[in-house]
Amino acid sequence: MSNTPDGLKYAKTHEWVKDNGDGTVTVGISDHAQELLGDLVFVELPEAGSDVAAGDEIAVVESVKAASDIYSPLSGKILGVNDVLNDAPESINDSPYEEGWLFTLKVADKSELDALMDADAYAKHAQDEEH
Amino acid sequence: MNKKTILNQTHHDLGARMVPFGGWEMPVHYGSQIEEHHAIRRHAGMFDVSHMQIIDLKGSDCKRYLRHLLANDVGKLKSTGRALYSCMLNSQGGVIDDLIVYFMDETWYRIVVNASTAQKDLGWIMEQVGVFGIDVLPRSDLAMIAVQGPKAIELTLPLLNEELHEAAAELKPFSAVWDPSWFIARTGYTGEDGFEILLPQSDCVALWNDLADAGVRPCGLGSRDTLRLEAGMNLYGQDMDETTTPLVSGLDWTVALKPEERSFIGREALEKQKKEGIHQQLVGLVLDGRGILRSHQKLFVGDKQIGEITSGSFSPTLERSIALARIETGSPHGFDVEMRGKHLPVKVVKYPFVRHGKLATEL
Repeated sequence: MSNTPDGLKYAKTHEWVKDNGDGTVTVGISDHAQELLGDLVFVELPEAGSDVAAGDEIAVVESVKAASDIYSPLSGKILGVNDVLNDAPESINDSPYEEGWLFTLKVADKSELDALMDADAYAKHAQDEEH
Repeated sequence: MNKKTILNQTHHDLGARMVPFGGWEMPVHYGSQIEEHHAIRRHAGMFDVSHMQIIDLKGSDCKRYLRHLLANDVGKLKSTGRALYSCMLNSQGGVIDDLIVYFMDETWYRIVVNASTAQKDLGWIMEQVGVFGIDVLPRSDLAMIAVQGPKAIELTLPLLNEELHEAAAELKPFSAVWDPSWFIARTGYTGEDGFEILLPQSDCVALWNDLADAGVRPCGLGSRDTLRLEAGMNLYGQDMDETTTPLVSGLDWTVALKPEERSFIGREALEKQKKEGIHQQLVGLVLDGRGILRSHQKLFVGDKQIGEITSGSFSPTLERSIALARIETGSPHGFDVEMRGKHLPVKVVKYPFVRHGKLATEL
């Protein structure tokens, strides 16, 4: 069973969002998503400073087998990206919620956070998709 | 509903990620596709390949029939147990499937075809029997395990009975030995040494477990694909299919146009294509930059498309992306791949990329 920590918010497209409490969030992909993709070998990160809208394709992660688009779960401005992933994309497999984070975002509209799923709802969504 | 091999429960118990493949539920990996890949390059690993279709052809006309059916010439097989790789073509020269044929004796040949094409192949094979005096016997009673890697033979031999052990220890590449129930071939699809073992389903789980106890790592179809790509081996349905001939698929070495009097299905079409000129070829590609080459990505010289990738992936051994691609002959050796709207330079290299654990090309 994949790990779905409480306290994070999740998007249908398998990104997790951590509210940093200062108007910024950290974004990554869920344990379920990394498990589905398998060994990750390449990550294309967004550009720091760019403005994004919720649902925009802003990054790509590629496993040995497949490429997968990453969608911005919220609207806002990209603050920082996890450059470590350029050389160590496997960090996403090893530690999807800690070392494997993708980017931080300054949130434009906090109400968008409410539209995301909590851990229970996401776990159910992931399970339904599997079957 | 996908079919299940006799090892299905074993795969589930090992925690495999199972996926549908060619009408079967098969393991894609048991945790890490890359580690499984390295296990085979550096030590030993095994695949359940029981989904592949084994077909025995028996009868006095076997040889004549196969010399008609296949683009390669089973007449080359002079001693029993020898194996040959061949394409089976339609009359336009397109590839219906690729297969391995084993010469068992004058009235018995064994062929192994791909899982996803098994029904189509059987239909075609039956259809061509016509006046030939042969029986077509699908062997769904047999399972198949491929044990591959530098340590594969050493770890497998002690698990064979005494007679097979001795005979298998002497096997040359691309040949096989058997007893009434087990069949051991020194063949594979990884670029490493090893065996492919065909055996009764009732013996299969025990052999798998014994191999695992001996240190042979279970490997899924994911690593099978990256291993065969590094080894420069074509995959049916990607690198060739019914719309492409062997001559534009890097498989001209498998077409026996001599002796000239042998008429095989597709021969006329291939001779015509040869006479009119071969305009495409299969090449190996390496991406120096970041990103992963994938099948169907387009290749460009300037803004003119000159071809397309047929198989692409990340190479765990070379730690960069490699591919096979079909391009127009005479294209320059440097061109671009289109990846998510951007053009990135790729380099043409000779393939295989990797053989016996080592770099086999110039990067």
